[in-house]
Amino acid sequence: MSLVFYAIAGLTLAGALAAVLLKNTVHCALALTVAFAGQALLFLELDAQFAGFAQILVYIGAVAVLVVFAILLTRGSETPKDGVYSRNWLAGLVIAAGVFAVLGWAVLGSARALPHETAAPTVTVLQIGNALMSRYVLPLEIVALLLTAALIGAVIVAMHEKEGHK
Amino acid sequence: MLGEGILRGLAETARNFAGSFVSAERLTTVQYPEQRIAPMEATRDFPFLVYDGADWEAGLRCVACQICEKECPPQCIYIEKSKDKKPDFTGKPQFYPARFDIDISVCMSCQICVEVCPFEAIKMDTEFELSTEDRFGGLLLNREKLAKPNEHYHKIHPAEAAEVDARLAGEKDKADAKAKAAAEAAAAKAAANVAAPAGPEAAPGGNAAGNPTAKPVEGESRA
Amino acid sequence: MIETADQIFVLLKHWLVGFLPATWQPVAGVVLSVVAIIAFFPALFALTVWIERKGLGRMQNRIGPNRVGPLGILQPVADAIKSLIKEDIVPLSADAAVHFLAPLLLVAAVFMGFAVLPMGRNMTLVNMDAGLLFYFAMGASTELAVFMAGWSSRNKYSLLGAMRAVAQMISYEVPLLMSSVAVVMMTGSLSLTKIVAAQNHYTWGLPHWYIFTPWGFAGFVMYAIATTAETNRSPFDLPEGESELVAGYHTEYSGFKFALFFLGEYLAMFSISGLGATLFLGGWSAPFSFLGWVPSWIWFFSKLMLSICVFIWMRGTLPRLRQDQLMNFAWKFVLPLTLLNLLVAALWRFLGEGWERWVVCSAILLLAYAFMGWEGMRRGHLGPRRYRYAE
Repeated sequence: MSLVFYAIAGLTLAGALAAVLLKNTVHCALALTVAFAGQALLFLELDAQFAGFAQILVYIGAVAVLVVFAILLTRGSETPKDGVYSRNWLAGLVIAAGVFAVLGWAVLGSARALPHETAAPTVTVLQIGNALMSRYVLPLEIVALLLTAALIGAVIVAMHEKEGHK
Repeated sequence: MLGEGILRGLAETARNFAGSFVSAERLTTVQYPEQRIAPMEATRDFPFLVYDGADWEAGLRCVACQICEKECPPQCIYIEKSKDKKPDFTGKPQFYPARFDIDISVCMSCQICVEVCPFEAIKMDTEFELSTEDRFGGLLLNREKLAKPNEHYHKIHPAEAAEVDARLAGEKDKADAKAKAAAEAAAAKAAANVAAPAGPEAAPGGNAAGNPTAKPVEGESRA
Repeated sequence: MIETADQIFVLLKHWLVGFLPATWQPVAGVVLSVVAIIAFFPALFALTVWIERKGLGRMQNRIGPNRVGPLGILQPVADAIKSLIKEDIVPLSADAAVHFLAPLLLVAAVFMGFAVLPMGRNMTLVNMDAGLLFYFAMGASTELAVFMAGWSSRNKYSLLGAMRAVAQMISYEVPLLMSSVAVVMMTGSLSLTKIVAAQNHYTWGLPHWYIFTPWGFAGFVMYAIATTAETNRSPFDLPEGESELVAGYHTEYSGFKFALFFLGEYLAMFSISGLGATLFLGGWSAPFSFLGWVPSWIWFFSKLMLSICVFIWMRGTLPRLRQDQLMNFAWKFVLPLTLLNLLVAALWRFLGEGWERWVVCSAILLLAYAFMGWEGMRRGHLGPRRYRYAE
């Protein structure tokens, strides 16, 4: 729980809060990107190099770009005239607090199970690669199939639209 | 095969690059203003007024007929006729322009003024480095700035100038010949008048017949 | 003596840092290296701008700039002064915060990429285990900066140019990574210093650079194509070329911010050429073993400048690709070939030493290239344009 952790956590929280509180949708997407960057920094602070850089590459490089593309291709960047808060914001707050409580209980419970002052194991990319290819190869292949299916589906949907125009 | 065109293109560019250091045909830059390309014969930029002889006021060919002012499409010529007359190259008294202004910021170099001038007085110059910081009068050329000698015309458009000079000389000869013939006729008439004891009515009639004015030369000079 | 020349920058850094107390020394060392990178690469950028303008001029049968200094060498300085003193115009309806941040994010992301390049023996700023992944992560951040620039200008044409630029960069990101993955596969590590060390062996005086293997050569060609597209360089400079015609993602930027975009583009070119030199051309290792006495950083920068000259050469030669031609090329030609390249790299490894693997791998790659090229030209996607005239 060092100063660096507090700074990064603050950045992540600020980004996430801005992502839900800002009016302009593209601003929200960019604030979400800041939250992703904060998460990547957290991974790096924990010495998980692969996870941190994969987070930047995938989330900021691909997911954030996807989000902004989706915003721009669908509703445009006009700011909504009425406020961004829905009417049932109290129910939403309660549900969010409940989820946070469950997650917090799970994390703190597991932290109590582990001793406090262990040195973090250095996981090299080599070990991750070996694990992915030996122990976790089946989930890897299933994820690859899923991505292929998504790609083909996207192509078919886009092709369909082109023919629909004709 | 795919990619062949790209490789050929790369080879050509490399040849250009290497060749530009050794051969002149691969480096065709003319470093203006230290080096200039000589203008062609038919270059035209803005008009100028031709004068014969040494004195620009006396030798100015323009007779202020104002045809070019009327024909100019953007109407950049402004002419004021003089009140008196002075003799032109054939000796006939003509008007001359008291003011002749061309606004070259308006002029579009169409050469119509040159084409319609009956007196070969206005021709196209090849001067283009005319930029000035004076934005109110710097590009308005008056009579004095526009007047350039016939030698200048020969220098910039030699073939054209030679042809014009030949034509004008031909007309001058014709006018001189006609004047001489008229003068001889008048002299013969006068001699006949002196010989015959005619009354005072013959003298005014002889003068009227022996009018030495040259006939209008337009019909012959339009080629 | 040779060792000193080779390690001169490292020794210089240690000597300078030695003046400070021991606790400050690691931080001071890193700060000093960072300052050196930030000072050196923009200077290289100025030199490259001069080389580009003169080189393109000569290729186009003309002299480049030659008025500002002897041979026009001070032209980049004049350009820099001009961009600094120009008025900084921000459109009234533009999103001021995003408009301001976009060039900063671009330049920051690009500078981060230099941190993992091994510029000489022991001259990597941060020797990371997952160095290559870090590099590509930073490259992905530049796409977001491009999009931010285009969107914040509130200009339809800027936005369109930005979308096209982002689409292009994303499409070519995949072949870029795939061609690098073949190298990672053969080396067994993502660390760039290890990749260079793996190529630093010589047989009969010739080096073991990956470009001298069939899969490495094909990988290098595809890496070069993907690089040209990633940095928006000719012939893939439709996002910039639109600036000449209609607009582009940096049309609403003037003065220093535009200079930052320009700087960002050229720095991206440097870092990605440096990465290409590291992955395929052996990084800082010398081409022949008897040339090992030349300092390693000279080799690295020579290879980098050679790549830049090839970029300039291609810019002077090739016409611009249209957006759909560009995307077709990426997805239908380059990507399948990169996947095949992975397979061929694996075959190379498992066929063992000998002449068979050269023949087999080269044959597979050449046949695939010829077949796909023939197919593309037959369909009319690639190759010279076919015209249909009304009868």
